[in-house]
Amino acid sequence: MNTSSTSTDTNDSTSDSPSGRSGGTGGTHRDVDVLVVGAGPAGLAAAARLAALGAGRVEILEREREPGGVPRHCFHRGFGTGAESVDGPAYVGRWTAAAERAGVRLRTGVTALGWTGPLTLATTGPDGPAEVSARAVVLATGARERPRAARLVPGTRPAGVFTTGELQQSVYLYRQDVGRRAVVVGAEQVSYHAVDTLRRAGVAPVAMVTEYERHQASPAHATAARLRYGVPLLTRTTVTALVGHGRLAGVRLRHSDGRTTTLACDTAVFTGDFVPEHELARDGGLVLDPGTLGPAVDMSFRTTRDGVFAVGSLLHAAEPAGTAAREGVLAAVPVLAHLAAVPGTHRAAPVPVRVDAPLRWIAPNLLATATARQPFVLRTARFLDRPVLQVAQDGRVLHHERLRGTAVPNRTVGMSAAWVRDVDPDGGPVRITVLGTTGGTPTPTEPPAADGGTDTP
Amino acid sequence: MTVVGAGVVGSAVARELARYPALRTALVDARDDVGDGTSKANTAILHTGFDAVPGSLESRLVRDGSRLLAAYAADCGIPLERVGALLVAWDEEQLAALPALAAKARRNGYDDTVLLDAAEVRAREPRLGPGALGALAVPGESVVCPWSTTLAYATQAVRAGTDLHLNCRVARVDQVTGAAGHHVLTTDRGTLRTRWLVNAAGLRADEFDLLLGHRDFTVRPRRGQLLVLDTPARDLVRHILLPVPTALGKGVLVTPTVHGNVLVGPTAEDLDGPDAKDDTATTAEGLEGLRAQGARIVPALLGAEVTAAYAGLRAATGHEDYRVRAHPAQRYVTLGGVRSTGLSASLALAAHTLDLLTGAGLDPGPSAALPPIRVPDLGRTAERPCVRADLIARDPAYGTLVCHCERVSLGEIRDALDSTVPPVTPDGLRRRTRARGGRCQGSHCGAAVRDLLRRAGGTPT
Ligand SMILES: Cc1cc2nc3c(=O)[nH]c(=O)nc-3n(C[C@H](O)[C@H](O)[C@H](O)COP(=O)(O)OP(=O)(O)OC[C@H]3O[C@@H](n4cnc5c(N)ncnc54)[C@H](O)[C@@H]3O)c2cc1C
Ligand SMILES: Cc1cc2nc3c(=O)[nH]c(=O)nc-3n(C[C@H](O)[C@H](O)[C@H](O)COP(=O)(O)OP(=O)(O)OC[C@H]3O[C@@H](n4cnc5c(N)ncnc54)[C@H](O)[C@@H]3O)c2cc1C
Repeated sequence: MNTSSTSTDTNDSTSDSPSGRSGGTGGTHRDVDVLVVGAGPAGLAAAARLAALGAGRVEILEREREPGGVPRHCFHRGFGTGAESVDGPAYVGRWTAAAERAGVRLRTGVTALGWTGPLTLATTGPDGPAEVSARAVVLATGARERPRAARLVPGTRPAGVFTTGELQQSVYLYRQDVGRRAVVVGAEQVSYHAVDTLRRAGVAPVAMVTEYERHQASPAHATAARLRYGVPLLTRTTVTALVGHGRLAGVRLRHSDGRTTTLACDTAVFTGDFVPEHELARDGGLVLDPGTLGPAVDMSFRTTRDGVFAVGSLLHAAEPAGTAAREGVLAAVPVLAHLAAVPGTHRAAPVPVRVDAPLRWIAPNLLATATARQPFVLRTARFLDRPVLQVAQDGRVLHHERLRGTAVPNRTVGMSAAWVRDVDPDGGPVRITVLGTTGGTPTPTEPPAADGGTDTP
Repeated sequence: MTVVGAGVVGSAVARELARYPALRTALVDARDDVGDGTSKANTAILHTGFDAVPGSLESRLVRDGSRLLAAYAADCGIPLERVGALLVAWDEEQLAALPALAAKARRNGYDDTVLLDAAEVRAREPRLGPGALGALAVPGESVVCPWSTTLAYATQAVRAGTDLHLNCRVARVDQVTGAAGHHVLTTDRGTLRTRWLVNAAGLRADEFDLLLGHRDFTVRPRRGQLLVLDTPARDLVRHILLPVPTALGKGVLVTPTVHGNVLVGPTAEDLDGPDAKDDTATTAEGLEGLRAQGARIVPALLGAEVTAAYAGLRAATGHEDYRVRAHPAQRYVTLGGVRSTGLSASLALAAHTLDLLTGAGLDPGPSAALPPIRVPDLGRTAERPCVRADLIARDPAYGTLVCHCERVSLGEIRDALDSTVPPVTPDGLRRRTRARGGRCQGSHCGAAVRDLLRRAGGTPT
């Protein structure tokens, strides 16, 4: 079932080119059955599963020298569940091995640059430019954190300003000196990983700063940072400027009561606030969801281009790696169905799913079939205590659901998909609205939360 | 001969002087890179000079400099796009001002302006916001890569024999008078003796003048903040979209860049205080204002992600012209008050400086041809090394991408690190290659880039 090499090769020649014809960029051309872009957990899992199920020639392109995606530079435990939890490199090491065992051809150091046909990608790497045509393409290009400028944080442009991803690479992959005193901007799960990384690098995290009234991470993580490591959490606080020439000298903060302070530090880490790495999707003219900014997908991971699928952080960032990998596994079935289908089979226009504020986005966000493979995931922009969600289409209410517990910003909220069968395939967009919440949602005018120390440490 | 200040102006002067092998020229700068002052932080427009003060030195030098730089860019591979400008009128008063601007352009020797009515404006710039009543088209205005320009001048000067001294602030100037008279410059890196001296110290040209006893002008920095928008915005903007000028300078504009981004800016803020000349910080009001103004000009820009924000300081002096003066007795020329057109005028300013020096008695000796150079073409329209089969076949490093957002290969970074005027910081490397200059701002490649710099002996702070 599989004809290509089973090794991780960064420098294979293209002598095994089945067609041998030349690509538009002066390079070579290859044909495969499935081309997966991105060798993070999602892409590796999708490719491994597809190869194991007999999809034929399955190839992954990964632009970095090593496969693994984000976990490659996450040297903390917490990948996988419970007792089986391992660190990032070990976790993706397993998926890489699984993919290779299944006969996936993993080509690292190769970047997918853009599309030269509906299912043809232009690539480059140390072997030169090439074109790869596939019968199905799976995009698994992940997400990145918004850097300081994209968050419109004013001030000077000194060194010492990182995202979590850059910090982790600097510390773990290159063992660079990243400073002495750091402020962590954000208080979601990944922000606490930044705190851990700083501590392991010998940098004192002097404070965490969030505009929200509370942290958005697991209580265990948040408590450990505050009590065990003594890192204060400054809630309802905005970073108003970076100061310092050459090297960062401090961050200027504004608290909700209008007071301003400057925290002295030589490092600032801007955490979370993920955006999908959607350049390839956009370049291909795939419809992007206005909420997630990733490609719009249906419950079978199908994008708006026939034969192009998307999985993982590209669709909804910052979920556990296991979620991304599970999506990769789940996507194998519809990809195989596509490979088996008669070309040109008619596909009805999918119905978009939209959210209203304070919800930020929902995924999947297209409905094309009446079968639900997975629950929906949502994000909210505000803390919502036991919110009631309403699903409606063209004014017709399809579903009500009261969520248990509090919906927390920057964290995934799950919602059942049972109502999908009631959607009119010829109707307008489905809208998800928050009808109400129990208990108060603190607003910025209320006093700070109990753990919201606002003193300068 | 010593040129103080290796911005775009001082580097252009050093290059001009480098044509004369008998002159021994030093180019010195306080910073660790050429073009690290105002010259790295501008709007990157190659002005025609159509709106200068007619009859001013600036008018002539911008007009000539613009032609010279366009030709030079073609020779050296400096990215340049002749996109043209539209001065858009948003109210009747502005509309009424356009014919006078066209007349002023003619007095500045620029005859190619065209008045457009509302429909024509919309046809040329379809994404323009509602309410544009007309425009004055200035087809000769171009966008250029400011970093490559300074770098090309400095590289060519150094290859022709100029000594470049970086991290070398001149703190004091002493005069030795008499027939063998010369200046003794006390610098961070020892003393430098020089017979001739050119002040191209930009924002500090007034302070430097003072070291030689002159109080002709005072520089009061005028800050300009700018937003860089991510590349999808480039398709929304075809021309340099200029406002009809007001008393406070050229006002906020929207312009494409040769690198494939869109700039919105600059603001115009007069700064005072002891640190004003270092105050290149952006402000919340500045950035929010730019976003709002940009969105009024081209509403679709509101959806664009911001790639970077920065501020530059114009060397304003309160005069509507450059403050260029020769002091023949001191064998000294001051190039002051080069506020908002120094990039455009640079080559003409350099030629003018040589005239002033020879007028003051300099005999430069015979001239020789400068060594031809090519700079890497970082323009969006250039074929990047990573897609060139021939290059990568010879050297796979050109197919090994380090910066994914801007598609910068290991080969290009290595070439920059090995170059005549090598970078020593990540920002210097960015100006030469664009590495870390894209939408992720080094999130993906920052650590790798610092590692390459460290191994090359730089200071990757
Ligand atoms: C700091 C941090 C800590 C985390 N900690 C945990 C944790 O403890 N436990 C946990 O379960 N999860 C954790 N996560 C989440 C987890 O890392 C993600 O869920 C997971 O990495 C998503 O996988 P992915 O395959 O979708 O994307 P990614 O891992 O981002 O992989 C995408 C891959 O695509 C490649 N790529 C992109 N574009 C191209 C292109 N054009 N051509 C070729 N290749 C391309 C990239 O180089 C990358 O390797 C953490 C995330 C972060 C950021
Ligand atoms: C926001 C903004 C937008 C602009 N837009 C444009 C545009 O679109 N088109 C255009 O043509 N122009 C534009 N300009 C103007 C242009 O950028 C400047 O005119 C030009 O960069 C000035 O160059 P310079 O070499 O004189 O100054 P600088 O680049 O500032 O160079 C002066 C150098 O002198 C050095 N120096 C100072 N004192 C000493 C000392 N004592 N010893 C040693 N070294 C010293 C400094 O370190 C510095 O590197 C703009 C300017 C700004 C601020």
